[in-house]
Amino acid sequence: MDAALIPEGAKRCSFPKFMLGIAIVGAVLLWGVYAMLLCWFKGLNQTNMNDYYGFALWIWADLAVIAVGGGAFFTGLLKYIFKIDELKNIINFAVIIGFICYSSALLILAIDIGQPLRGWFIFWHANVHSMLTEVAFCLSCYFAVLTIEFIPNILENRQLNKVPFFHHLAHNMHGVMAIFAATGAFLSFFHQGSLGGVAGVMYGRPFAFREGLLIWPWSFFLFTWSAAAFGPCFTLLVTRVTEAVTGKKLVKDNVVHLLAKISGWMIFTYMIAKIIDTLYWAKITAPGLGFELSHFYTSNGFYGYWILVLEVIVCGVIPGLLLITKTTRENPTFRLIAIVLAVIGVCINRWVMVLQIMAVPVMPFDTWALYIPSWQEVATTILPVAYGIILIAVAYRYLPVFPQELELNRRPEARES
Amino acid sequence: MFPFIFEWIWDIGHLLFFGGFWYAVGILGAGMTYCIAKAAWDTMNDSGESHH
Repeated sequence: MDAALIPEGAKRCSFPKFMLGIAIVGAVLLWGVYAMLLCWFKGLNQTNMNDYYGFALWIWADLAVIAVGGGAFFTGLLKYIFKIDELKNIINFAVIIGFICYSSALLILAIDIGQPLRGWFIFWHANVHSMLTEVAFCLSCYFAVLTIEFIPNILENRQLNKVPFFHHLAHNMHGVMAIFAATGAFLSFFHQGSLGGVAGVMYGRPFAFREGLLIWPWSFFLFTWSAAAFGPCFTLLVTRVTEAVTGKKLVKDNVVHLLAKISGWMIFTYMIAKIIDTLYWAKITAPGLGFELSHFYTSNGFYGYWILVLEVIVCGVIPGLLLITKTTRENPTFRLIAIVLAVIGVCINRWVMVLQIMAVPVMPFDTWALYIPSWQEVATTILPVAYGIILIAVAYRYLPVFPQELELNRRPEARES
Repeated sequence: MFPFIFEWIWDIGHLLFFGGFWYAVGILGAGMTYCIAKAAWDTMNDSGESHH
């Protein structure tokens, strides 16, 4: 039915089977859309927001998808600026994942602000002293970069590419992609960093407050570093899941090993910096503000030292070590364990930096404030996952996303001939 | 966002913040304008040689 749209030579499942899969995920998507419409039409009373939690569960979802979406800017930086040519075989998919993550982040923000019709106020009436304003600017511009990076891949669709203008446009965009990639890296450095900076400058919240360099707290640099380190792991994880679902090998091992190795060293060095930062904060910064470390991890029903160990050791140091060691990196099982742990680790880091912060009491009369999201918050947080699955399914079916797919999936007899 | 908006002040904060913003938007806009214009030119003078 849609054979004319499928990349030449590529094998895809039947159209009814494809539509059945889309319908199943689409049902989840519609659940999220329903919750989103409730939030827009009935208001933020649909959430469990309170005086402690002014951004709901969404702020974590936002920071998490932006962190894991960092694979797009970092892979683009490596491919176009550092000229690591092997990454051309995974860059299309990294861009699509980044596009999904950033469009999801913008969608979540549109729900979170409660009145999306006033979303443009942050541009028009910008507060230039706010790191969040910088985040909004860089996020929007970087989404434009990702859209620009995604367009050539769309225009390479078998039918679209027959239109001469689209063919030339895709060709010309490839020619200047390095400029867009460099702009994307510049924007990402600032918005990833500023998301960490927002937490780090909160001197009224000793759990988050960090010293730093000039106007930038150390958390600014740690956030950018962690996004560049863990983002490629998410790209590798989604690639692995896509390979499992399609039953095909889509990217050659040498490309996967290279990206895993780079990510591993980034994670390993990041964890050294993170451990130094944590020790300095625990021994000097927090006590200087009148708090002992135990204050942040005891006397409540959820947050204990376990979350610190889980984030830093189990989901930080261990995946870093697994990925920098050649034997474990090149073992598919260990590599999968490492990238799963790494993705969980960066999500925990963002959780700690935006939700645990709010839970910790800061006044002598205050108590721990734990947060249970409403079903509308959960549904709208799952919504981007369903949207992402659908977009990946459609892109994989109709676009030449993986340049090595045909070579890796030739039938044996065809390979011999 | 623009000097004609009432909150605008000619200070270092606004110049740095919006300087960076318009610089990024300018690069993206100029880059896309170049690509679209060149694609239109190439289409009109199509030699059929372009490939990637």
